[in-house]
Amino acid sequence: MSRKRDITGGLFIGVTAFSALLIIAVIVILLVVIIIGGKGTFSWEFLTSFPQDGMMKGGIFPAIYGTVFLVLIMSIAAVPFGTITAIYLTEYASEKSILAQSIRFAVRTLATVPSIIFGLFGLGFFIKFVGGGMDNLFLGGQLKWGQPSILWASLTMALLTLPVVIVSVEEAIRTVPREMREASLALGATKWETILRIVLPGSRSGIMTGTILAVSRGAGEVAPILFTGAAYYLATLPTSLSDQFMNLGYHIYIMATQSANVDKTLPIQFATTMVLLLLTFTLNLTAVIIRARLRRKTK
Amino acid sequence: MDNNAGHNRFVFTRDSLKKKFRLSEFLSEKIITGVAFLSIAIIVLIFFFVFRETLPIFHQKKEAAKVENVVKPEKYGSDANAGKTNSSGQEQYGVTTKDTMMIENKTPVEDTVVHGSDEATLKSLAGTQWLPVSDRPRYGLIPLFVGTLKITLIAMLFAAPIAILAALFSAAFAPYWLRELLKPAIELLAGFPSVVIGFFALMVMATFFQNIFGYDGRLNAFVGGVAMALAAIPIIFTITEDALTAIPHTYTEASLALGATRWQTALFVTLPAATPGIFAAILLGIGRVFGETMIALMATGNAALSSINPFESVRTLAATIGAEMAEVVFGDTHYSVLFLIGSMLFVFTFSLNALAEFYVKGKLVKRFQGKQS
Repeated sequence: MSRKRDITGGLFIGVTAFSALLIIAVIVILLVVIIIGGKGTFSWEFLTSFPQDGMMKGGIFPAIYGTVFLVLIMSIAAVPFGTITAIYLTEYASEKSILAQSIRFAVRTLATVPSIIFGLFGLGFFIKFVGGGMDNLFLGGQLKWGQPSILWASLTMALLTLPVVIVSVEEAIRTVPREMREASLALGATKWETILRIVLPGSRSGIMTGTILAVSRGAGEVAPILFTGAAYYLATLPTSLSDQFMNLGYHIYIMATQSANVDKTLPIQFATTMVLLLLTFTLNLTAVIIRARLRRKTK
Repeated sequence: MDNNAGHNRFVFTRDSLKKKFRLSEFLSEKIITGVAFLSIAIIVLIFFFVFRETLPIFHQKKEAAKVENVVKPEKYGSDANAGKTNSSGQEQYGVTTKDTMMIENKTPVEDTVVHGSDEATLKSLAGTQWLPVSDRPRYGLIPLFVGTLKITLIAMLFAAPIAILAALFSAAFAPYWLRELLKPAIELLAGFPSVVIGFFALMVMATFFQNIFGYDGRLNAFVGGVAMALAAIPIIFTITEDALTAIPHTYTEASLALGATRWQTALFVTLPAATPGIFAAILLGIGRVFGETMIALMATGNAALSSINPFESVRTLAATIGAEMAEVVFGDTHYSVLFLIGSMLFVFTFSLNALAEFYVKGKLVKRFQGKQS
């Protein structure tokens, strides 16, 4: 009887362990396959040159440039707002107030809204409503802002990454010891001064993790920018906020599904995917390490 | 205090204890509260603006006939087909940009029965044909729903057992060092961009599965579903793991003290106690798969068929928006229908999230919630 139980038990533990290993194996296979596929084409020139011959040759510089540009504007929008929201939730709101709870619910909802919905929202709100409104108001109906551009794509992406920032910063703010706040208040500092001088510096690493995670998310998402500003091919780099831009993820999508000759550009596709994967992978790994260190410190 | 009676400056009076009004304090608090309110505002705005663009469907029954020729505003993307204005070809769908996809797929549903009118009345939305860009466009949403449900089911059949078992392993059996390895690894998987997973599915998994199963269409619901499982696994794993580790030690200790083995405790005590959390995890996983766009676009073949065969190509709701929005004429019926699909997706994921949230809150006793603020 007990022998039989042990076998079932062993089997059961084996099945759970197998599931865990399966996930790890898939991660490793995915990384390895993409890297093997892209290694041959990957080079410094690949990163720094423009596509040539109708994207059959050449590099992906404009896509990298566009992605960095996008992520930069996105962070400028998302990080301050996310940080302030986190400050409100931890420092000002009482845990049980309805407002605070609704904000938490909204943040969690925002995190689960499908990314394509953000794309629709960007189109309906930013481009048509805000951009179109600006054109009518300032330019007399001339089309400038009421069309897809890097500004609208970045703001759309900022909405998507806002919850990422809020959650990370909130977690970090909570690690700032209560005594430090109390000491600051006891010395006569006001609440705002305490937040500015004690709480925020104390949660710097959390703000950094949040930014890194947001950047990684923003660099990888494609659905929100499909129709808010990403372009298939541009001969010049975007210079103003109303320009369209190329993007790594969008580049992969277009090349893999809609280019004229998918097989011929396969090495380029693999190399582009490798660049995007390694970029997000490195960013996430950094965030994981920083966060692990932070957690160990508070223990 | 008495000694200092003469020196008034050390005495706390009622007045000196009162909070002084400081403009900077007042302003900072108001501004911070205002900014925090933004998250709620965004949700409301998304609701409002996504719905707003669908309204024309419900108003335009009469004027639909001739409008198309007049409308010639911004066209997105390249010189894409401007929808209905073109009357030359029969199945005009995807002529410019989707050629390669058409090769990968079987051709979409044939143009057989033509009963539909060219306006999207509520009636035609319930049809079984999704042919938005043809002479007589039909906007039947049924094949899209069938496709989305099919792919969600396939993805969850893979993702849910694997993720839950792995979470159980991590929470109950794994040695410390392995758990510390497993959790970040799955966090990293969560960070893989979906376009990368889609690309992997399209280039590697599709061929691999075709070799195993030997079906004809390289891209189909099965490949898409398995790829989506990769996207759903981290969510299900993380939430399940949280729920499992939040269970009080007293439960497991009592079970072990009564003579149950470790695996019996895990299977019959820990797992049942965490059911609400696991349920929430599955709901959120479904929400993720339901709204996933890039994987669906790249790995499912995108033909709007309403069969239940898992090895047939499907077209999901989200992928339809992603593929067609760029080529649609602003303000067109097709445009509004795409926004309608978007509203449905939004409402659906919103309800799933609300259900997960309140179900868990209601069911889980406070102590289970633990750290998850």
